[in-house]
Amino acid sequence: MAEGLFLAAARMTILYHIGRYFELLGLVFGRPERLGLYWKRTVEEMDLLGVKSLGIVALLSAFMGAVITIQTKTNIDSPLIQAWVVGFATRQSTILEFSPTIISLILAGKVGSNIAAEIGSMRVKEQIDALDIMGVNSAGYLILPKIVATMAINPFLVMISMFLSIFGGWLAGMESGIVASADFIQGIQMGFKPYHVVYALIKTVVFAFIITTVSAYHGYYTRGGTREVGISSTRAVVYSNVVILVTNLVLTQLLLI
Amino acid sequence: MIEVRGLSKRFGKVQVLQGIDAVFVPGKVNQVIGKSGSGKSVLAKCIVGLHRPEEGEVLYEGRSFHAMDKDEKREIRQQIGMLFQGSALFDSQTVLENVMFPLKMFGTMPRSEMEDRAHVCLKRVNIVDKDGLYPAELSGGMQKRVGIARAIAMNPKYLFCDEPNSGLDPQTSIVIDDLIKEITDEFNTTTLVITHDMNSVMETGENILFIHQGRKWWQGGREDLFHSDNAELNAFIFAGDLMRTVKKAKTGS
Ligand SMILES: Nc1ncnc2c1ncn2[C@@H]1O[C@H](COP(=O)(O)OP(=O)(O)OP(=O)(O)O)[C@@H](O)[C@H]1O
Ligand SMILES: [Mg+2]
Repeated sequence: MAEGLFLAAARMTILYHIGRYFELLGLVFGRPERLGLYWKRTVEEMDLLGVKSLGIVALLSAFMGAVITIQTKTNIDSPLIQAWVVGFATRQSTILEFSPTIISLILAGKVGSNIAAEIGSMRVKEQIDALDIMGVNSAGYLILPKIVATMAINPFLVMISMFLSIFGGWLAGMESGIVASADFIQGIQMGFKPYHVVYALIKTVVFAFIITTVSAYHGYYTRGGTREVGISSTRAVVYSNVVILVTNLVLTQLLLI
Repeated sequence: MIEVRGLSKRFGKVQVLQGIDAVFVPGKVNQVIGKSGSGKSVLAKCIVGLHRPEEGEVLYEGRSFHAMDKDEKREIRQQIGMLFQGSALFDSQTVLENVMFPLKMFGTMPRSEMEDRAHVCLKRVNIVDKDGLYPAELSGGMQKRVGIARAIAMNPKYLFCDEPNSGLDPQTSIVIDDLIKEITDEFNTTTLVITHDMNSVMETGENILFIHQGRKWWQGGREDLFHSDNAELNAFIFAGDLMRTVKKAKTGS
């Protein structure tokens, strides 16, 4: 009985959050006051949320590519398997999963917490109230530029990640002597389907939308003080990750099967 | 003119405001006074529509704010200038950008004119040569003053100031009080000042509303303060020696 009530209450809360999330989206896509100002903010956000993430994306991608190559080689070290398979497997896991999904999860940690903390502290310091009082659509002004910026720039980050990951794999394979350069290069050209890149970029754009909106949601509805801003920031990352993982499964079934 | 009728506001189980009736007249510095936590800021936020009261209504020139559609509300809001208790300057923008923000958002003038207008406002609150600083680089009192400059940038018809002189020295405090009074006279704004500084009540208070435990306890002019027999009001005003001395000098008792 008590358990049933608890479940019902939990369901109510989830529905409440989902309802309020879509309500916020409605506000975000409301009429902008000054397109020029929105555009200026979008460019700033591209720099802040995108370009400033380049370092971590590059570092992570090169190392992950190297590890993927070495692990693939040690896992399938058999005379029956041809030498190019390592390069092939590195390319496939990078393009299909590692670059779009893992990098998006990483960005959810970096960018998502940043968005929630920024918007959350604007909320608790009454800066959002100040915007509303002026007659500014605060949700649109604060959130829309971030959505546009991440959706535009994350595909580039992911393409750079793909390139560096495969490059890292090649370098690691060659340097450690486990895969010959020619074999690896043959592998990464083998049976290449451009659609896989399209699939990865579609995922990336959807994930960018999720990261930004879910994090902005947690920031925008922060109540209280600095402690609550911290909590919102953590929630933003956790919920973005969960939604990304579920969406990843759904999109993979829709787009790949 | 702003009219408040039977306004009640609750947060969860806490009844913050109960059945407030008040009229705030144009061209006068209307003040709301009361103890800390009595609901002054909440009242101001209900009036500007940041909080939705459970009961009652707020009328701007006789039109109910909550009955207005989105565009009408936006129109009213563009005529409101508000100084928040914590200033609420935008952290990511410099002093100049903060003051220019409403102009950029809604104004039609070229940038150089906006800058001029912002400088005029900043000068009125005695902030000069601080254009490029960020709010975090200002003292609390300076943030307040920049907040006032931003609030008056658009020549508001309704000016709300939540504790404009808390955290200011007595001298600057009087400058700010006088400034608010000047603007009110000059543009015939409906000004609402929240304060618990008896000095500014004596300096500029014209139509004073005393809130106690979320209810309207007393309303009247500055001079009436000394002749009221309202126990809570007297306890509030004459808490300090200074005001008791003033009363003695004025009324002889
Ligand atoms: N957003 C809110 N959620 C819940 N309770 C609130 C909220 N805002 C204010 N309150 C409560 O309402 C009451 C009145 O608060 P308010 O800020 O109006 O006081 P105040 O008169 O402005 O005091 P001060 O002079 O200290 O600024 C307080 O008890 C406060 O805890
Ligand atoms: Mg207050």
